[in-house]
Amino acid sequence: MIDFSKVTTPMPTPETAHFFQGTAIGELRLQRCDLCHEVYFPPRPFCPACGSKAVSVFAACGQGRLLSYVINHRPHPAFEGPYAIAIVVLEEGVKMMSNIINSAQTPEALRLDMPLQVVFRTISDDIVLPYFEPVGGDS
Amino acid sequence: MKSAAVAIVGAAETTELGKIPGMSQIQLHADAALNALQDAGLTLSDIDGVATAGESPTAVAHYLGIAPNWVDGTAVGGCSFMLHVRHATAAIEAGLCHTVLITHGESGRSNVGRAGRAAAPASLSGQFEAPYGGMGPTTSFTLPVLRFLKDTGTSIEQLASVVVSQRQWAMKNPRATLQTPITIDEVLSDRVIAYPFTKSMCCLVTDGGGALILTTAERAVDFPQKPVYLLGSGESTETPMISQMRDVTSSRAFRMSGARAFESAGITHSDVDHLMIYDAFAHLPLYGLEDLGFCARGQAGAMIASGETSPGGSLPLNTNGGGLSYMHSGMYGMYALQESVRQVRGSAAAQIKDVNISVCHGVGGMFAASGTIVMSGSRFR
Repeated sequence: MIDFSKVTTPMPTPETAHFFQGTAIGELRLQRCDLCHEVYFPPRPFCPACGSKAVSVFAACGQGRLLSYVINHRPHPAFEGPYAIAIVVLEEGVKMMSNIINSAQTPEALRLDMPLQVVFRTISDDIVLPYFEPVGGDS
Repeated sequence: MKSAAVAIVGAAETTELGKIPGMSQIQLHADAALNALQDAGLTLSDIDGVATAGESPTAVAHYLGIAPNWVDGTAVGGCSFMLHVRHATAAIEAGLCHTVLITHGESGRSNVGRAGRAAAPASLSGQFEAPYGGMGPTTSFTLPVLRFLKDTGTSIEQLASVVVSQRQWAMKNPRATLQTPITIDEVLSDRVIAYPFTKSMCCLVTDGGGALILTTAERAVDFPQKPVYLLGSGESTETPMISQMRDVTSSRAFRMSGARAFESAGITHSDVDHLMIYDAFAHLPLYGLEDLGFCARGQAGAMIASGETSPGGSLPLNTNGGGLSYMHSGMYGMYALQESVRQVRGSAAAQIKDVNISVCHGVGGMFAASGTIVMSGSRFR
């Protein structure tokens, strides 16, 4: 349902490069403050909770749950038919936008709070993006 | 006793609203500005401060031939004009300028002389949201609502009742774009735009503009129109990315802006005679009622469905018909402010009896920013 070659391509910055270096090798990288231990996303070289510049990059476990979504019915060049745009909450507590792949794009299949796991898809020569799928395959 | 230092002495919208293909965006600003000057009995040379969003204040001042002592180009989306009112009030009170013109104009439907708004691919939303197929407000503003409905126990029918209630107001307003009655079933069976939102639950896309003129409360009594005093205000921001709201069922920016506005005005909820809550989509009045504290969490749906905010109800809400039925050019905040001014003056199409306090609450971006203005017909309280 997604034509990955037509997905809008992100342009990494110096502050976000580690995230896309991670997805390229199958890691979903987050950051954690070394002082207050806040886990945060999207990437930046300081802690948004306490301002500390002592922060570390680590790989998330890749598990999450479906917080909310819409099913877009307007045509988009990269998507075939109505498709869901979702907010996923990772087990580490941060939220990210994504699509739910390997699943029907219907309210019946997409249940709030359903467990999800990360999967990676290549969209260009340089960029691999994280997507999410239902745990245990198609629901 | 609290005393307002600044008042709105001029207010007007563009001569036409809706489809205005014969006017560029900057001319919509000017058309509204000239109408507001006429309303106030002023000329361009009386203006020494300019604030706007969508266009730069430099461009608007130059186009109108104004040499300003003060400008504000705060651009945080549709509530920018609430922030302009707040900033202009502080500037006039501080003596930085005396008479401020705030303009809005947007060729939202006809796209005449309007800049694009796509997220830059190196911005955080360009990197972490745009790849997932968002189509702008219809898919991002709407994204939190399923979680809101589940966590607050609000039904989809209650969400649809927002559209029904506001249409009842629009039916009283000859300038409203949509004036035919609508039922909950019709709202829910309309064309799906982004599930669970149907077309009727999304705002209009129209052309138009509006302008306000503010000056000191001392001078305000000498103007032709009844002064609308600025009693209090608030503003805040949260995040430019819908996926990064701290709690997707409640807006931190709404809570902060609203609380500050009520506190600075010295009012409580029972003082409010009239309320505007920026409604780009049907769920915004639900968030607004709860985050501003007009009802407990999870009660806004029932409140609107019961008719409490409809014509004849105890808390008249979005009495021009709102962005859902009146008009929505893209940055609707100016039209909410205009309706609050009209209600306090006593000149609205669907006039509420004896409006002394009107609260006007705006959103900018997709729950990204907020501004709240408390207006009153009385200078002192």
